[in-house]
Amino acid sequence: MPDQEYTRPIPVADEASKPFFDGANEGKLMLVKCSQCGTHRLPGRERCLDCWSTESEWTQASGKGKLYTYGIMHQKYHPAFADVTPYNYAIVELDEGPRLVTNIVDCEHDDLKTDMSVEAVFDHVSDEATLIRFRPAGG
Amino acid sequence: MMQTLKGKTAISGLGITEQGKVYGHSTAWFAAEAIRLALEDSGLRKEDIDGMLVNTGVTPMPGMGGLDLQNHLGLTNLRLLTGMQAGGATAAMMVQYAAMAVANGMANHVVCVFADAPLRESRGGGGAYSGTGGGGYVPPGMSGLYTAFGMFGINAQYALAARRHMGMYGTTNDHFGAIAVAQRAWARKSPHAQQRDPMTIEDYHASRWVAEPLHLYDCCLVSNGGVAVIVSSAEAAKDMKQPPAYIWGMGQGHPGDLKRAGWDVDTNTGAPIAKERAFSMAGIELDDIDVCQLYDCYTYTVLVTLEDYGFCAKGEGGPFVADGKLGPGGSLPTNTGGGQLSGYYMWGMTPLSEGIVQARGTGGERQVEKHDVVLVSGNGGILDHHSTLILSPHPA
Repeated sequence: MPDQEYTRPIPVADEASKPFFDGANEGKLMLVKCSQCGTHRLPGRERCLDCWSTESEWTQASGKGKLYTYGIMHQKYHPAFADVTPYNYAIVELDEGPRLVTNIVDCEHDDLKTDMSVEAVFDHVSDEATLIRFRPAGG
Repeated sequence: MMQTLKGKTAISGLGITEQGKVYGHSTAWFAAEAIRLALEDSGLRKEDIDGMLVNTGVTPMPGMGGLDLQNHLGLTNLRLLTGMQAGGATAAMMVQYAAMAVANGMANHVVCVFADAPLRESRGGGGAYSGTGGGGYVPPGMSGLYTAFGMFGINAQYALAARRHMGMYGTTNDHFGAIAVAQRAWARKSPHAQQRDPMTIEDYHASRWVAEPLHLYDCCLVSNGGVAVIVSSAEAAKDMKQPPAYIWGMGQGHPGDLKRAGWDVDTNTGAPIAKERAFSMAGIELDDIDVCQLYDCYTYTVLVTLEDYGFCAKGEGGPFVADGKLGPGGSLPTNTGGGQLSGYYMWGMTPLSEGIVQARGTGGERQVEKHDVVLVSGNGGILDHHSTLILSPHPA
């Protein structure tokens, strides 16, 4: 249970992404895997972008990847982020291939480096929702 | 031999409305005013226009496909009319489709227009382009993750692209700053530019962070206004009021973003694909280019575009621009009206309009002496769409 109420926006599943969000609640990073060619993708697209097959299955990813790129947001766009600004936002390239938007935790801004190894951290921000953030691997 | 469009068509008219904090007008008003100015510039009459292509920014016009604007202007019996949208690549793309239509006999004089009116007296420039940040709405599904992790607006996404380049190649804010400073120096020579105060590299570094690594001065302006250009046959254009800007070459590139490993979408644009056809059509090599008008939503966009046209090797864009060669007196005059960073933000019409001015030789204090071959580039999305035009004052 979180110590205090989480006030920033909380994502909600749609039909296509429900196993992803349910998996996160259970500490799993779930991806869609093409049943025909084995390519991994993020949920939300019905067709494999390589072989165009519509047959797919859910699979648990390793939770490991590298920091593809990141930014430090200084602009105050959303009032709920005011107390954490400036904060980092990032794209992690998972070992399975897909690139996922996230934040990096347990790392000072100056220590962020593109291509550094990272691993998933499951942040249970409410009883119903878990955000998959990443931290430096082996840290 | 493949038929070529080189020199078959030309830009015969250019209309630029007042730019920037111009309040009290709709997008349609700016579009109509730009078209009126382009007609006046060209010497054509309203009845001569038989085609119109329309692109708007973040404040669309009512209706679809330019119909509202057509009726606003009282244009009848058009042979070509549609709205188009590929972000900042659209302006040059409209000219391409217009040129193909004119060269193949579908229409005689096609006007291509962009207009936008995002600025209001009560709202800052950023608010118009900031994405979902203010609303608090979290879209269901995977797209809600962007809101949840605080990734708002276009600035955030170009910051990611710029950071990727820095991480890969050691590019620095000094490099980005050199582009901002060079373009400000050009803007000081342009009567159309919104920002004409001097800028030093120290000023650049002192400007606030928006989304690190982007300073405020890495980001384009936001402008109200409109720009229109008229595409005519070369045959017709040579007897018209203005010196023709002949269209020598054209191309597009859309590399795709699959959001997965294997393609570095943030450090590669569609320029190599677009360049190949455009340069081949024009029969030119890189060394032939005298003036560049490169899409500059951010300083980084200029840097990566220079690399992708081959002015320097991939990854060397930073050191390439650091000596100020893009500025007045430099060896590669680029964005000579100040671009979108310091001039005015009319999406792809900013580089296109200044390319026309330079090709005509009417740039006044900012005119580049040798202007036989002018490169114009457009860029849409997050380096998703790329368009190329080669303009020249000379027929083929």
